[in-house]
Amino acid sequence: MTSAQFEIQMIACLVAVACAIPGTFLVLRKMAMISDAISHSILPGLVVGFFITQDLNSPLLILFAALTGVLTVVLVEKIQQTKLVKEDTAIGLVFPVLFSIGVIMIAKYANDVHLDVDAVLLGELAFAPFDRIYYGTVDLGPKSLWVIGTILLVTLILLFAFFKELKMSTFDAGLATSLGFSPVIIHYGLMSVASITTVGAFDAVGAILVVAMMIAPAASAYLLTTNLKKMIGLACFFGVFSAISGYWLASSLDASIAGSIATMLGLVFLTIYLFAPDKGFIAVIYREKQQRREVMLITFLLHLKNHNEIEERHVNHLNEHINWQKVRSKTILNLALKNNMVRISDDVVTLTDKGDEFTSKAIDYILTNEHGLIEDMKKDFFLFRG
Amino acid sequence: MGRIAVKVDDLTVAYNYKPVIWDIDLQIPEGVLMAVVGPNGAGKSTLIKAILGILKPIAGSVTIFGKPYKSQRKHVAYVPQKGSVDWDFPTTAFDVVLMGTYGDLGWIKRPGLKEKKRALEALEKVGMLSFKDRQISQLSGGQQQRVFLARALVQNASIYFMDEPFQGVDATTEVTIINILKELRKAGKTVIVVHHDLQTVPEYFDWVTFLNVKKIATGPVKDIFNDDNLTKTYGINYKVSVQK
Repeated sequence: MTSAQFEIQMIACLVAVACAIPGTFLVLRKMAMISDAISHSILPGLVVGFFITQDLNSPLLILFAALTGVLTVVLVEKIQQTKLVKEDTAIGLVFPVLFSIGVIMIAKYANDVHLDVDAVLLGELAFAPFDRIYYGTVDLGPKSLWVIGTILLVTLILLFAFFKELKMSTFDAGLATSLGFSPVIIHYGLMSVASITTVGAFDAVGAILVVAMMIAPAASAYLLTTNLKKMIGLACFFGVFSAISGYWLASSLDASIAGSIATMLGLVFLTIYLFAPDKGFIAVIYREKQQRREVMLITFLLHLKNHNEIEERHVNHLNEHINWQKVRSKTILNLALKNNMVRISDDVVTLTDKGDEFTSKAIDYILTNEHGLIEDMKKDFFLFRG
Repeated sequence: MGRIAVKVDDLTVAYNYKPVIWDIDLQIPEGVLMAVVGPNGAGKSTLIKAILGILKPIAGSVTIFGKPYKSQRKHVAYVPQKGSVDWDFPTTAFDVVLMGTYGDLGWIKRPGLKEKKRALEALEKVGMLSFKDRQISQLSGGQQQRVFLARALVQNASIYFMDEPFQGVDATTEVTIINILKELRKAGKTVIVVHHDLQTVPEYFDWVTFLNVKKIATGPVKDIFNDDNLTKTYGINYKVSVQK
């Protein structure tokens, strides 16, 4: 691995972590699309910042662009507050306008500088190592690395300092207000961090990948954990994993690095969506299937409990009477037998003591909805886990 | 009668020029267990939120023990409607209760052992200690409500505002909650509850406020909880069998 390769991966990883942190809170606040809006509408901010500073490397430029990001959020909220349109429509109204203003400004006034629409959309991670910072004659490394490193450091400090406030105001803004914390300050603080991160990452990875890096790792982590700290940690991990694997995918395919990283992010999410142990697609299908079977089992047991007549409990009559297909009643009968809930003598099905007790408890639970009754049944049965 | 715990003067809240509550004057004496009743859209939740500064009134003022709310936050705890938060949020019952201690801590400072102990005690009080590590979406509606109540108890306030704590809860939870509310009253706390079930008002509460955009009446249940006020609040010829 050359040092340029190392530097590119390093930048991608720092971008991934810097994006995953605000991204987690955006996902939890159901504001994922705001990151899309910010990433596009910072463009006019960049151009105006460049006019004023005449220097593409000025920190002022980042500040200007970040301000446009916050302005986007404010505009979206103002339009939303009119109650004429919903939030998603407001987002769709604001950012294309700001972005297109930026596109026109670049075409008209900034043709001769290193700012073009392609770079804005897709970034130029591969070229990042060429734009370096020197102290005198000492090479301090790529500029992007310093920019995103600084942003990440600030983000981490803010996260550690205000974790409690962020958590509370994201979960329950009303409580935060009544306890004297200002959710508005937290909200705009988060939006500022998201904007600054977007600007910082944008230079390296472009507007589209920034969105992917903010949302996909957080969404993947959300499916795996019920702990906020773990969610942030997992989101960072998925971001870093996709950054590195995406880089090598790009290098083996000789394709765009940004595109490959975004592809990996998508694949990570897809894998987790399918295989997550609790909320994943397959787990849900499996659980639903189990639940259907157990509802049938209880229906079957209840039928036995309700009928003392021999003919109602005869094996051959059972599927007729409960009106199930033969295959299904056979599986249910086997399930009941396997769990020692029924016994069969002379082709007549009878509840065992265990089956009788189980049925009574299940009925009690269904009628009273009282959780205490079924705590010990949960181990055996999916039905009561929900 | 003791001190006035909450005093509301000329409070008006409007959404887009339409008053939701209009010119409310209210004095809540210390130590009462008060129900706020009124039809849907009467502004019951709005009243509470405006008192707590969550909504900005367009007119009027609120004092808590004679001082503005801002300087009295520590005396006040709030239990919002269960539906006001996202229960899929990745956190545990214990963590939610711990949030009740954040007010004492202020900005940046993290909860320590003392706060954690208080949170555990509150969970025990509402009978939820064994569920402390459960993710909040894995709790039943009644259990979620009890977690919210525990979070308010942790604040160790003098005045409790609760927005429909009995909505959609099971019988066990309803009994647990009302017993805790009565205990709070016994300890001299003031409890204000937005309430829907008129039948239980005389049994649960000793003070009541009728609200329908304007204040209809406020006072002791035994004096003012009658068909006349119910009719004024809920519309023509409202009859409820009041057991006294």
